[in-house]
Amino acid sequence: MKSRRTTELVLLVCAWALGILGTLQVGWATGEGTPPRLWITISAVALIALAMHVVVRFRAKYADPIMLPVGTLLTILGLIMIYRLDVADARRAELNNAPLPTPDVYSQLTWFAIAGILFCGVFVLLQDHRRLQRYTFTFGLIGLVLMVLPLAPIIGTTVNGATLWIRVGDFSFQPAEIAKILITIFFAGYLVKTRDSLALVRTKVLGIGLPRPKDLGPIVIAWFISLGVLIFQRDLGTSVLFFGLFVSMLYIATQRRSWLIIGFFLFLGGAYFAYENFGHVQARVTVWLDPWSYADTTGYQIVQSIYGLANGGILGAGLGQGFPNLVPFASTDFIVAALGEELGVTGIFVILLLYAILIERGLRTAITCRDGFGQLLAAGLSITFALQVFVIIGGVTGLIPLTGLTTPFLSYGGSSLIANWVILALLLRISDRSRRPDLSKVSPDDAMTQVVPRVNQS
Amino acid sequence: MSELALTLVRLAFLGLLWVFVLLAVWVLRRDIRQPEDSTGSGRVKKKSKGRQPKPPKPPKISRKQKVRGNRLVVIDGPLVGTIVELAGAQITLGRAPDSTIIIDDDYASSRHARIYESEGSWVVEDLGSTNGTWIDRSRITTPTVLPVGAPLRIGRSTLQIQN
Repeated sequence: MKSRRTTELVLLVCAWALGILGTLQVGWATGEGTPPRLWITISAVALIALAMHVVVRFRAKYADPIMLPVGTLLTILGLIMIYRLDVADARRAELNNAPLPTPDVYSQLTWFAIAGILFCGVFVLLQDHRRLQRYTFTFGLIGLVLMVLPLAPIIGTTVNGATLWIRVGDFSFQPAEIAKILITIFFAGYLVKTRDSLALVRTKVLGIGLPRPKDLGPIVIAWFISLGVLIFQRDLGTSVLFFGLFVSMLYIATQRRSWLIIGFFLFLGGAYFAYENFGHVQARVTVWLDPWSYADTTGYQIVQSIYGLANGGILGAGLGQGFPNLVPFASTDFIVAALGEELGVTGIFVILLLYAILIERGLRTAITCRDGFGQLLAAGLSITFALQVFVIIGGVTGLIPLTGLTTPFLSYGGSSLIANWVILALLLRISDRSRRPDLSKVSPDDAMTQVVPRVNQS
Repeated sequence: MSELALTLVRLAFLGLLWVFVLLAVWVLRRDIRQPEDSTGSGRVKKKSKGRQPKPPKPPKISRKQKVRGNRLVVIDGPLVGTIVELAGAQITLGRAPDSTIIIDDDYASSRHARIYESEGSWVVEDLGSTNGTWIDRSRITTPTVLPVGAPLRIGRSTLQIQN
């Protein structure tokens, strides 16, 4: 198999060129002219993308050629939209004679640079993804600690009702994003060891074959702790993400459909429990069922988002020509609504297809990977992308109740951007190994001349 | 900038986004169409060019024919005569007590090999055994398609897929 690195480079250049065109378009349409510091911005993006490409070229020669450009294009689209919202915010501040807000695009660009460094770090430090398996329980423990961290007294911070952030000085971070990766590694490492007994050894309870408590214990504990923590932190999106991840990884590991059924009923039970007991869950569902009755209060955000999407129509208002800044949190939770307004259905489908391609490549990596741990890890990481995209885009468009999750690569926010780029690096690391032709380095001749007792002729 | 020019730029941007997606899909397609790129057997076949007798070719299987066989029979060794029906779920072989076929044999590892279904045929994968898993006379290094009738040797035992 060819290494396909040049294909990757060509696609990266295309993504970069699209970024320049988009940024210029925002500048022209808003009457700003050529955006200030344009050359610095585009050369920074080019430098980050090129660095990532070079590291992949030398450290993971046979990695998948499509995932890196797709991730880069999504990040660039996010940067364009964040820049565009900066322009709108500055306009509004000018009209109100308020002080100019600090633009978000530069901090997002800084986060992209840090994400790029970590992306390269994964390839330099991690030669073989199987090494992660050794630290299964260490990662699991660190992941749980990271999730509890925002509840800690001094560093934990509550923003908009959800206790998700830790803050040290000026620096704030969402540890659940990193915990997501660590927990996936823990699950892959744990399930690969126990999947046979989980799938085959069963005790009958009420006529249904269930795995032994011994095999199930750690998973149930991890599940309860993570969900408990998330309920206390009042973060609905992340709990849905973790729950979906658990269920689908169990299903993939054991190939038992019963997990999906058990998971579905557990989810229904959990959702009903949350609806009955938590006001904020109830509010979300009420708004989802009828946003127009609450258009001025709790439903304001979703109603503005729907107006925006309607304004966008088929071809979109054009970058810089819509009013995406009318939606609160347009650059984080609602960036898809903002992009939908300015790029229209045509653009939203491009974004959805980019995610679909990314997830397809991830799952394909899982299929071609030859060790069970890599398979489960690649599948789990792809599923985190899939679930996030479904939950947030479904929420923004009104398909499902809105839950706060970041849109991978697009949303403004450092923790999420870093976490998603690390996930991408891990997927590429696994795909390098599964696509490499001379994997074992043991030539077939060696295998033939080995002296192995052949007793079967007796 | 005039309205017309802006509209053109706007449509060009959308068009180019689609060009990127189509380009990516085109790369994907070429990747998938590469002959036998992702299965282990394809790789063994490629490597063996002129250096080694070819390992048993994976039989051409169409969905209609279903020639992949449906039971695994132990034809030699201590468990001779044992028959396991192959149905969907994977089969593990080895000394470990939770294996599907427990091969109590000093030359078998506790988790020796597994047999699973992939794209309509049965694939055997060595799970890092000490003495190897052999199809006929070649030791397998990657997951390999196990054709009907080919002798699969694990330690002292020989197994075969039969219809």
